[in-house]
Amino acid sequence: MLDKNGIAKRIARELQDGFYVNLGIGIPTLVANYVPENIHVTFQSENGMLGMGPFPFEGEEDADVINAGKQTVTMMPGGVYFDSATSFAMIRGEHVDLTVLGAMEVSETGDIANWKIPGKMVKGMGGAMDLVASAKNIIVAMQHVNKAGESKLLPKCTLPLTGIACVKKIVTELAFLEVTADGFKLIERAPGVNVEDIQKATLGKLIIEGEIPEMVI
Amino acid sequence: MSKIFQNATEALYDVGDNMTIILGGFGLCGIPENSIAALVKKGVSGLTCISNNAGVDDFGLGLLLKNHQIKKMIASYVGENAEFERQLLSGELEVELIPQGTLAERCRATAAGIPAFFTPAGYGTEVAEGKEVREFDGKMYIMEKRFHADFSIIKAWKGDTNGNLIYKAATRNFNLPMAGAGKITIAEVEELVPAGE
Repeated sequence: MLDKNGIAKRIARELQDGFYVNLGIGIPTLVANYVPENIHVTFQSENGMLGMGPFPFEGEEDADVINAGKQTVTMMPGGVYFDSATSFAMIRGEHVDLTVLGAMEVSETGDIANWKIPGKMVKGMGGAMDLVASAKNIIVAMQHVNKAGESKLLPKCTLPLTGIACVKKIVTELAFLEVTADGFKLIERAPGVNVEDIQKATLGKLIIEGEIPEMVI
Repeated sequence: MSKIFQNATEALYDVGDNMTIILGGFGLCGIPENSIAALVKKGVSGLTCISNNAGVDDFGLGLLLKNHQIKKMIASYVGENAEFERQLLSGELEVELIPQGTLAERCRATAAGIPAFFTPAGYGTEVAEGKEVREFDGKMYIMEKRFHADFSIIKAWKGDTNGNLIYKAATRNFNLPMAGAGKITIAEVEELVPAGE
């Protein structure tokens, strides 16, 4: 089973040299810590940064340099600041190669819900709807089941949608899956997890073809 | 005619009850905080506020919310504000949540005299309800319209006496596309310099 850092590490292996990447709040942010050494990626933050660097050292924080999660960050040499309209022109214009974000539910057709629980929680969609409508490659980082133990990989989302038919890959504490035309395709098992555990935690259609390898982290 | 006001209270003299105001900033970064404090003091009510976030409980728009001066809030992300969530769930506050890129582009369109545009953000979701949908090159888009606002209130680092502005680091955010989106734009600056400097 993977912890949050394990999920981030597995996603980091999907990064490719030259990618422009937008990381959402939570587990996705951790992906920046595990970029493979032999490749170079550039992080975009939708509040207006391209070339975002790591968190600052204590005492070196600048309140005017924040990420989309409102945490203080740093800027890499050669990075650039811009306004929100320009930022979303990059996103809408499909110039961001990969988006990693969290989700409350994902459907077997790649729909995602992550912004609202009617009557209970309303935080808003932020930039998520723009990102999922335009990113070429979307990876969801989330827990396989919710706090009540219910599967978050469903035949159809029950919560208000953020976007439709957009999620390409999912990494949970149990597995690495791809969203295909036929449903969730199991690609890898997390260390120490067997296929039956994954099947039990997946309510949507799960495709298991042949021997499923264990993840290499 | 001078564009310079010595303090926020004077600059906001014409802001009245039930007006629509666009406010810059992202999270706690680039917030026109002195102007918001002046609006709290002025006591204007029934405001429609358009801003990416709603501040936190004791900073930014959170202060206007706590005072019940906002009738309607148009924003993209309103987490981190318990009072906001309470007023929303109890029905005291009218709220329209819109995708962040759509919010930025609607501000830009408003300032640029563009009445509407098409975006894929929100297609197939409740954001698209009641909106015109069109297909371009095999992809589905929804039509979004510009705002109509009385004032834009934004924050910049340096401003000159002609009203030219420059911003520090990530404080550009919504301040830039919101400049010019209201009939009148009020810029709060950290430093005021003579024109051309």
